[in-house]
Amino acid sequence: MHNSLDEKKKKMKVAIVKYNAGNICSVINALQRLGIHPIYTDNAEELMSADRVLFPGQGEAGSTMAYLRAKQLDEVILHLKQPVLGICIGQQLMCRHSEESNTDCLGIFDVDVLKFSPKRHVEKVPHMGWNTLSELKSDLFKGFTDNEFVYFVHSFYVPVNPHTIATTDYITPFSAAMQKDNFYATQFHPEKSGDAGERILQNFLDLKI
Amino acid sequence: MALAKRIIPCLDVKNGQTVKGTNFVNLRQAGDPVELGKVYSQQGADELVYLDITASHEGRKTFTEMVERVAAEISIPFTVGGGINELSDVERLLNAGADKVSINSAALRRPQLINEITAHFGSQVCVVAIDAKETENGWMCYLNGGRIATDRNLFDWAKEACDRGAGEILFTSMNHDGVKNGYANEALARLSDELTIPIIASGGAGKREHFRDTFLEGKSDAALAASVFHFGEIPIPELKKWLKEEGINVRL
Repeated sequence: MHNSLDEKKKKMKVAIVKYNAGNICSVINALQRLGIHPIYTDNAEELMSADRVLFPGQGEAGSTMAYLRAKQLDEVILHLKQPVLGICIGQQLMCRHSEESNTDCLGIFDVDVLKFSPKRHVEKVPHMGWNTLSELKSDLFKGFTDNEFVYFVHSFYVPVNPHTIATTDYITPFSAAMQKDNFYATQFHPEKSGDAGERILQNFLDLKI
Repeated sequence: MALAKRIIPCLDVKNGQTVKGTNFVNLRQAGDPVELGKVYSQQGADELVYLDITASHEGRKTFTEMVERVAAEISIPFTVGGGINELSDVERLLNAGADKVSINSAALRRPQLINEITAHFGSQVCVVAIDAKETENGWMCYLNGGRIATDRNLFDWAKEACDRGAGEILFTSMNHDGVKNGYANEALARLSDELTIPIIASGGAGKREHFRDTFLEGKSDAALAASVFHFGEIPIPELKKWLKEEGINVRL
């Protein structure tokens, strides 16, 4: 049983979108810990033919969106049919618009990205560190109980909306994760969230669509 | 629920091995840095800090290789520091897989380095570490691991670092470091009140109450310690369980 699972895993083609966002190697490392050897590519055919696509990274909305358009990766991402997981800036770029540099984004999720407005001194921005997930509504969180901790680093956020599949409360309740059709996204970094993060990545690999 | 207070073990690394100084001297051996980091991660550490205390070029290469191993094997965020003088050092360490870099003397000597790092990689990667001592002239900053005095005031320098884009301040009180009598909570609380970025307390942890006190009285966002973890004096799982019982929001 385990052998056949391992074989299946080895055959699974996982692609990571190559663009001008930082901190990609932690996603590659996390997948490798799960026995996956992802390809890191901006080639349209490679991305279209993968079993899973990850769209991770840290970056600034304006410059990353401009890069995606210049490389025509925006159209490629919009037309992907396999499970896609956006992480951090990936989630924000999958929305309609971002307040960061007043940027028009991919528009997969019909919602706009806003900048945190702290109301009290203790509400520091960026929201950096471990915070909890609640109102879980997806197989991405299979096996999770409410209030497990994951790791966040961000200054902009997506408000709660009909696509929200997990919320976190910092300054205001916001979308910790979203889903629409084959598109999944997390504001937090599963690749840096210890065991909880590894379970989310594994759940993403195990999704049946 | 809210953002958790962070517990951060700090590993000083020399020639690929962990060491810990008491009042910045008397180094003692405490194991393989990657294995030790992995144990801490499994025990519930929220982040790790690795400090390269090797001065040589060869040592720097060993440290970068260690960073690659940490990134490959450990699934929580980690910061690296020591010997970072220019942007190319930052780039090398981030490319090796570090999540953040901690800069200390180089930033004090050339503050513009903070702007350069944040412009290229974002504020979130830039931790400004400050070693300071309370003197008759107030809290003053020190260079080179506390060996060289400066005329910079702790609070002025921390404010400037914040304004230049630092993502966090890691403040080590030289009066408290190695003494195991608690963190410099008064100075920490003042930093927290004056700045809009997270403050990491360092120097002085000796018992579990010190962690509680720095989160409550010191208003610290995170507490860093070394020897109490390395020598098993305060096991992290027990510490976090106790902090939770004391009403501190920690990740369990």
